[in-house]
Amino acid sequence: MFTITRGRLALVSAVAVGAVVALAGCASGDPLDEGNSSADSETLVVGSQDYYSNEIIAEIYAQALENGGFTVDRQFRIGQREAYLPEIESGSIDVFPEYSGSLLQALEADAAGGSPDEVYTALEAALPDGLTVLDQADAADQNSWTVTQAFADTYGLTDIASLTEVTEPITVGGNSELETRPYGPTALKEKYGIEIAGFTPVEDSGGPLTVKALVDNKIQLANIYTADPNIESNNLVALDDPDNLFFPDNVVPLVSDKVDASAAEILNAVSAALDTDTLVALNAQSVNDQAAADTIATEWLTAEGLI
Amino acid sequence: MNLFASAIDWILDPANYVGLNAIPLRIGQHLVFSLVTVLIASAIAIPLGYLIGHTGRGRGLAVTTSGGLRAIPTLGLLTLVALWVGIGVVAPYVALTVLAIPPILAGAYTGFEAIDRRTVDAARAVGMSELQIVRKVEVPLGLPLLIGGLRSATLQVIATATLAAYVADLGLGRYLFSGLKTRDYAEMLGGSILVILLALALEGIFALIQRFVVPRGVSGRLDTAPTLRTGSPTAAR
Repeated sequence: MFTITRGRLALVSAVAVGAVVALAGCASGDPLDEGNSSADSETLVVGSQDYYSNEIIAEIYAQALENGGFTVDRQFRIGQREAYLPEIESGSIDVFPEYSGSLLQALEADAAGGSPDEVYTALEAALPDGLTVLDQADAADQNSWTVTQAFADTYGLTDIASLTEVTEPITVGGNSELETRPYGPTALKEKYGIEIAGFTPVEDSGGPLTVKALVDNKIQLANIYTADPNIESNNLVALDDPDNLFFPDNVVPLVSDKVDASAAEILNAVSAALDTDTLVALNAQSVNDQAAADTIATEWLTAEGLI
Repeated sequence: MNLFASAIDWILDPANYVGLNAIPLRIGQHLVFSLVTVLIASAIAIPLGYLIGHTGRGRGLAVTTSGGLRAIPTLGLLTLVALWVGIGVVAPYVALTVLAIPPILAGAYTGFEAIDRRTVDAARAVGMSELQIVRKVEVPLGLPLLIGGLRSATLQVIATATLAAYVADLGLGRYLFSGLKTRDYAEMLGGSILVILLALALEGIFALIQRFVVPRGVSGRLDTAPTLRTGSPTAAR
């Protein structure tokens, strides 16, 4: 009987501990609330997507701003655009590394694509009051339809349209939102007549699981960002996109009114130095060397003489 | 409340009952996946737990190991296994089995340990072999605690099986992931409600089973006149 009593006691304690942990979790609630209350006029809130490369750029912005005398509140890894865009629009976040084309499409579902400059101009017009974009960088990190080199060789694939040559069933893999994106499987069918056999969710935003699935041939077509160092290291091919199915996605700082001329100057200097090769190299330090975002940012800013 | 109403609307929307993403199909996948996971975990944990409970050996090791297993974050393990075996259902099965083993193991050996030693000694004294003691005394008497372990494992697995959708086109987790990423919170909440209902339904079933597996003579229902006819050691109390 003693064992049972002890078991009960352990159970009660376990429940109590669990409840405390659960309540503590509730108390810390929405991380953005804290950002709101602590934000004063001197503090700039820098946010980032839940994407390592975006976090590196955000960290670069943050460190450059800190070097310029600004106080920075970091609110990183917030989520996908659907989750953080309302926060930026409501003024909770002041600086956010964005991608021109994807942001434009999020603001205007029927926006027309085009060259990076055309997209940038359209984006400036589409932004709501209180938000602006600073200079865009040469660096682009675009969505792409990516296949393995072997798959591309088998069917002589070069661009997206050539996927019609593929005779085996094509399974697409990626985040579940990919299914409903304007460049998703439906667009492939309607625009190019490419038959997509199925969709497999792999919820790591083109990360290692998606790459492995592609290499293992469990999926044949994946949405991987062009600045991903895995493309080179795993012998993958991002198919050409001559028709701009994907919008050009140049890195651009999306900022609120609280970003003044001197802060804008700092961020523009960063954008001027950032090109795609640099971005791939920065990403590679994270992916291949497992370096932390702040270390990567400090090293690069120092090497460029920006801090 | 508005969101809640739209989630209910989402659940009732006939459009969500056709095709490859139909609600009944997802519920079925979720249920089959969860039950198979609990079966696999049982096949590993019950014999092991009985061995530990009967011999009294290796208890310390079992407690430490299952404590360690409980501490493993399931999503982390899932990703790790998926990087090794690739995407598909295997990785979720492995990760969720690891999640389900500790409560079942604990249920199995505590079930044996909770039995009054005098009962086991009495069984030995009347000439039962060790195997008979296990089969006729320890297993039936330990059943309520084992079912308790299975119940807790099933609840955890049903709730966590949503993670299977991270690497496979499977289960109710699909609604949660796609709802979250596309800001379709009605779909997300609707999916969550379905998971909760499923968990509650299984809880109810297990609560019933737990009532019926209590051997006559050990339950609080002593007043229902235990029969002495069999002379079984359980009736001696």
